Amino acid sequence: MTSTRTLHLAAELAPGGSPASSASADARTAAARTVALARLAEAAALDFLTHDDSFGRPGLDALAVLARVAPETRSVGLVPTVTTTHTEPFHVQAAVATLDWVSRGRAGWRIAVSPTAAEARLIGRRPVPPTAELWQEAGEVAEVSRKLWDSWEDDAEIRDVTTGRFVDRRKLHYVNFQGSTFSVKGPSIVPRPPQGNPVTVVDATRPAARDTAAHHADVALIRASSAEEAAALRAELHQGARAHGRDPGQLRVLLSATVDLDAYEGGPGALAELIAGWYGGGAVDGFHLVPAVPERDLERFTAETVTRLGDRGLFRKAYEGTTLRDHLGLTRPVSQYATDARATTGARA
Amino acid sequence: MSTAPGRKQIHLAAHFPGVNSTTVWADPRSGSQIDFSSFEHLARTAERGLFDFFFLAEGLRLREHNGRIHDLDVVGRPESITVLNALAAVTDRLGLAGTVNATFNEPYELARRFASLDHLSAGRAAWNVVTSSDAFTGENFRRGGYLDRADRYTRAAEFLTTARELWDSWTPEGEPRPFAHSGPQFGIEGEFTVPRSPQGHPVVIQAGDSAEGREFAASAADVIFSRHSTLEAGREFYADAKGRLARYGRAPEDLKIMPAVTYALGDTDAEAQERAAEIRRQQVSPQNAIFALEQIWGRDLSGYDPDGPLPDVDPDPDSTLVQGRVRVADPVAVARKWRALSEARGLSIRQTVIETSGRQSFVGTPETVAAALEEFVVTGAADGFILVPHLTPGGLDDFVDRVVPLLQERGVFRTEYSGTTLRSHLGLPEPVWKG
Repeated sequence: MTSTRTLHLAAELAPGGSPASSASADARTAAARTVALARLAEAAALDFLTHDDSFGRPGLDALAVLARVAPETRSVGLVPTVTTTHTEPFHVQAAVATLDWVSRGRAGWRIAVSPTAAEARLIGRRPVPPTAELWQEAGEVAEVSRKLWDSWEDDAEIRDVTTGRFVDRRKLHYVNFQGSTFSVKGPSIVPRPPQGNPVTVVDATRPAARDTAAHHADVALIRASSAEEAAALRAELHQGARAHGRDPGQLRVLLSATVDLDAYEGGPGALAELIAGWYGGGAVDGFHLVPAVPERDLERFTAETVTRLGDRGLFRKAYEGTTLRDHLGLTRPVSQYATDARATTGARA
Repeated sequence: MSTAPGRKQIHLAAHFPGVNSTTVWADPRSGSQIDFSSFEHLARTAERGLFDFFFLAEGLRLREHNGRIHDLDVVGRPESITVLNALAAVTDRLGLAGTVNATFNEPYELARRFASLDHLSAGRAAWNVVTSSDAFTGENFRRGGYLDRADRYTRAAEFLTTARELWDSWTPEGEPRPFAHSGPQFGIEGEFTVPRSPQGHPVVIQAGDSAEGREFAASAADVIFSRHSTLEAGREFYADAKGRLARYGRAPEDLKIMPAVTYALGDTDAEAQERAAEIRRQQVSPQNAIFALEQIWGRDLSGYDPDGPLPDVDPDPDSTLVQGRVRVADPVAVARKWRALSEARGLSIRQTVIETSGRQSFVGTPETVAAALEEFVVTGAADGFILVPHLTPGGLDDFVDRVVPLLQERGVFRTEYSGTTLRSHLGLPEPVWKG
């Protein structure tokens, strides 16, 4: 890969969920509040926004919230957390693909697992296995999702009046996936989404998740307390990607950090220095802000930190592409089932 | 209400065109079945027409015919709830109804998703509860396999009961309470993480027509999506369904009956008839005529000429040719009827299929159609209609422009939304909180 390296910036919309005391009011205002935050991020041309979630935390379904935000934004990437532990892989991939359709190519998903006994009791389907097995299952869900997204080739819909055929069924594929805890026949019910494959994000901080991240993530989030630690994690992820036969140039590693910009020593300017330093030194490809107080910290981050990074020529002043893959400099993958030889030349813009 | 007092009001819903031969894809006006702009167009049209709700069906496996994916009709659709959340951003009052299977989901997750939609749309969510029994669809899911017919409704009923327990687990004052459900189908406990939603409970729609389905609707649904689009069948179904309500302590107006209907308009009744016939010809392509025949016969009939006579062989009663859709109950009887029709009128295969395929429910001038719709509602054949257009996305434009104003003049349809929630549009009471 010879693409020029660029800085990537992202932010979390819903750190920590709502405390029960304010949950009812928060639910009523979730749409308006999240749209306002997303527009702030979009004005600063951030790559994407994450929205955390779990079955056990107060708040609305994250994918639902970001689908609600999609028509009211134009460019920013939308990445809800989706658990793979108690959900149906077929439904999950369909929902993420649909988020990509309604956002016109801006969807991702942050894969999570549900490790607690409390979450297992909410669903009641099975006791919770060890975390290592949950991450293995998460990897399988990521794999079957890609297969299902690819199960419709891009040009499967033909609308050929002469032969009366709406689709060319040679371009629809069974995936016949057999995982350790589930199987899926396919093809997907949803035509191939605009990005081909929506962007897969994995928090690789915990060792249990790291191999799944190296294998399946387009974006890996890490937490580190020094540039050296971050650089080592990034190198480990790149090596893991290579071991899985992937091009490490197609894996972005972002430092994820909770920041209270009121308390942060030196304020937004110092944060810009830190990001520039770690990025310039090759420790990370970018930064994922987890604001202590979203309204306040995202405002200050975009108005000051991002502006400074832009003034130094390190960050875009405006979006150059339209999809999340464009922002991240990731190629649009060709369907793994593509039968048309021309499609494999990567000619698609 | 901004309507004449005392007149029974019509409820209207817009069905996004589905993956069957009702939807005409070969027409030059036919747009994308998957781009968000198509969903937005139809939803905005429905809201402009002051409809009660917009309706999405669901697909969980692509249909097959003779062991191969069926390729003659529209294929592929988005995941319903995600599209509805996006539509909540581009509409203000329109109800948003999604079909979701109770067999291949779990109550906690689905209750959470519908409560989220209800919050994000400020009280406009509806769930069309469907069930599935077939192992064919199950091949895409963890739980796989087969549920027998009675068990599907047992599961669906307990599923809905459990979802309502979760929706009731927050007090109206906004305090979460722990829940615990223990039943034959589900044993779950904990704390529901979504506060009580604007409607209390999203509106529940039921679409099955079996005795079990009707009983389930009478006990638990707010709306029935029915299939009976003729006046006589409609009245019979209406009386039957409403008659089951008293047993559950419910009043007739607590359950709205809305048949799915099609229509064709023209400046004269004759022109409308011609347009209706043209639509049916579009719906039955030569290939689709053979396909329709194979559905009945259960045999590979690809060697037959669509413009030639019907096959002499009888249907195969044990055929597995068709997968992913309901097979007709008595194929031998249907084949006999089709042959008789073909012989009596000298019709080819394609002409026979066109002749026997469902006629549009309402055909005529806007005045004729408005009068017929009112007659259905006034004489107890329906409380309203789920309109199924044959074109995406503009298929309801003419109805909203030409028929809705006439219904309003007749005093049987709203001239503005009087409330903000789907429950208010449908005239359904707030659910009683059972904390």
